[in-house]
Amino acid sequence: MDLTFTPEQTAFREDLRAWLAENPPEPKPTDGGEDAEFTYRRNWQRRLYDAGWAAPSWPTEYGGRGATPTESAIYFEEIGRARVPFSANTLGLLLGGPTLMVWGTDEQKERYLPPILSAEEIWCQGFSEPDAGSDLAALKTRAVKDGDEWVVSGQKVWTSGAQYAKWCMLVARTDSEVAKHKGLTYFLMDMEQDAVQVRPLRQITGEAEFNELFIEEARIPDANVVGGVGNGWKVALTTLMNERAGLGFALQIRLRQLLDDVIAKAAERGLLEDPLYADALAEMHVRCESLRLLAWKGLTDAERYGQPGPEGSLVKWLWSDTNQRLTELAVDIVGPEALTAGTSWSYEFLRARGNTIEGGTTEVLKNIVAERVLGLPRLKVAV
Amino acid sequence: MDFGLTDDQRQIQRTARELLGERAKPERVREHAEAGRMDGELWRELCELGWTGIALPEELGGQGLGAIELSILCEELGRSLAPVPFLPSVLAATVIEHGGSPEQQERWLPGLASGETIGALGTSVDGTAELVIGGADAALIVLLDDDGGGRVVSAEQADVSAVASIDPTRSAARVSVADDAGEALAGDACAGLGRGLVAVSSELVGVCDRALEMTVAYVKDRKQFGVPVGSYQAVSHRCAQMLLDTEKARSTAAFAAWAADSEPARLAEAAAMAKAAASDAGREVTASAIQAHGGIGFTWEADIHWLYKRAHIDAALLGGAKRHRARLAGILADQLGASAAA
Repeated sequence: MDLTFTPEQTAFREDLRAWLAENPPEPKPTDGGEDAEFTYRRNWQRRLYDAGWAAPSWPTEYGGRGATPTESAIYFEEIGRARVPFSANTLGLLLGGPTLMVWGTDEQKERYLPPILSAEEIWCQGFSEPDAGSDLAALKTRAVKDGDEWVVSGQKVWTSGAQYAKWCMLVARTDSEVAKHKGLTYFLMDMEQDAVQVRPLRQITGEAEFNELFIEEARIPDANVVGGVGNGWKVALTTLMNERAGLGFALQIRLRQLLDDVIAKAAERGLLEDPLYADALAEMHVRCESLRLLAWKGLTDAERYGQPGPEGSLVKWLWSDTNQRLTELAVDIVGPEALTAGTSWSYEFLRARGNTIEGGTTEVLKNIVAERVLGLPRLKVAV
Repeated sequence: MDFGLTDDQRQIQRTARELLGERAKPERVREHAEAGRMDGELWRELCELGWTGIALPEELGGQGLGAIELSILCEELGRSLAPVPFLPSVLAATVIEHGGSPEQQERWLPGLASGETIGALGTSVDGTAELVIGGADAALIVLLDDDGGGRVVSAEQADVSAVASIDPTRSAARVSVADDAGEALAGDACAGLGRGLVAVSSELVGVCDRALEMTVAYVKDRKQFGVPVGSYQAVSHRCAQMLLDTEKARSTAAFAAWAADSEPARLAEAAAMAKAAASDAGREVTASAIQAHGGIGFTWEADIHWLYKRAHIDAALLGGAKRHRARLAGILADQLGASAAA
């Protein structure tokens, strides 16, 4: 057992930390709303790209650094620690690109990967539908072959960044005669067509990270099928598996930073001496540290022994639950500022309600733990 | 970053699990628990195998291994609930090793290393330690007091009256001493506590693991309304929570064991985290296990209650979750003060 990093890993971390320190992003825009914010993140990604830091885990042949899983986790820790914005094309970098690397043809990789890295083409994800959230395989968006094109109609929801996206990772039903998992196909849909209408989905924090998509006979060339017709479920699983892997390390560091900020606030207000607050904050510390340990154990065990352990399923669950508790505790400690609209404290605790729902609800995660880790039987219900 | 055990450590773990699987089966544990006596035969065997001295220096009769090896044994003993005074004896030895003078160590540790001397550790208030785990079997008792001091008394030098704790897999006793009884530890009596907390936390991880294992087996088998009860989400989600709690405890205990051997500057913080997480996990997971077993879980005859009782004894041993979170808060406040001053 050795919980230190190798000299090479430490050098990797220090290189990136130094680069980030010497190349801070521009100051955050104070007006211009969501569009200005998006441009800001896009410009930041371009700077990372120019320095070769946009996607270190991508193989060198596709513009990355061929970073190992440990190095990739270190990358996300440092990105989180430096409190720099998340790249504008995070979905392309973390989901779309890696999915194409597994399932795409050589032509598709050549065509699509470089503009993902440079943020020239932004990607979004067209998976969930109003009637298909946790039960994703029940999705109804339909794609029908017409010559060498597919005609697609349906509705998608929770599509973040759709208003800026060029390409959508779209999962649609191409065969209604077979079992629901088997009749799906994964497409790359051009968002810049009139048949695709984007409507912002306003969330409880007030802004709209997400959108609804209304797709009425959009057209997708056959060359944009990824992984073969009817293979959409498997391709989608690749996308979903990548969803939290790297980003989780950045989120954990942010959680740690938030805890440090909350402890500092508590100290400021003399609340560290109050045993109830001391107890609550210490519990947050225990959770943050076990989260860090579980995440690293999960990653390094998978890297070393191939077999993923229970940690992967537990980490997102523990992170989301802890972030909710911490942001709520912050309300008690910070006071009225945390209940005032527009402050970062109030934003964090409202936004945290989404953590236990997005990227796999806690209920589904518990099912996964119970069924796949503990081997408990699933209740069979009539479908 | 590598959380894995070395080949030697895995071997220790395998051997320990096999041995206890054979020699501390539930029926045998029950037999000794109900009789209120330790399994002397098993104890002698473990002593001969060098378990009692595993983390003590070789020159004092130990195996010269570290906190990780000790935690492996503690976890297996927690899993099996073997009715032997291993933990109490190891706790006494750890305090003496880190808080005694070289001469005191030479005098007391070889006997504890070989198991010839059985030890126990208690916390006394005004000369009395109410529930010293292992106290009735111990020849040598280490008593810590409120001011951070500590002394060692022989059973003859103290007033030892056996007490039946709720966990009959180990003895307990009320120990009273006169002001001048025994011998004060020459050094810092609290210096070994971090390592002691690691040992208790590791035992709790074993208890949790076993409780979860028994629960999963039970809910796969028990059918109601035509299906295994484990297929109902109320039950399966309870099991998932048990796993999360156990893994929180496991990861913090492992970190603390590693810190004890490799990063002592972080041991105080790591040990407090481990004891807090393990104490909470122990109580929650074993309570959940009883619940998941339904009516059977509440019977004397089913084996779940022994785990619940052991979990509660261990959760309180050397301070419970709240006490260690309070210590942790103090450590965090100090760190904050230190970085503010820097």
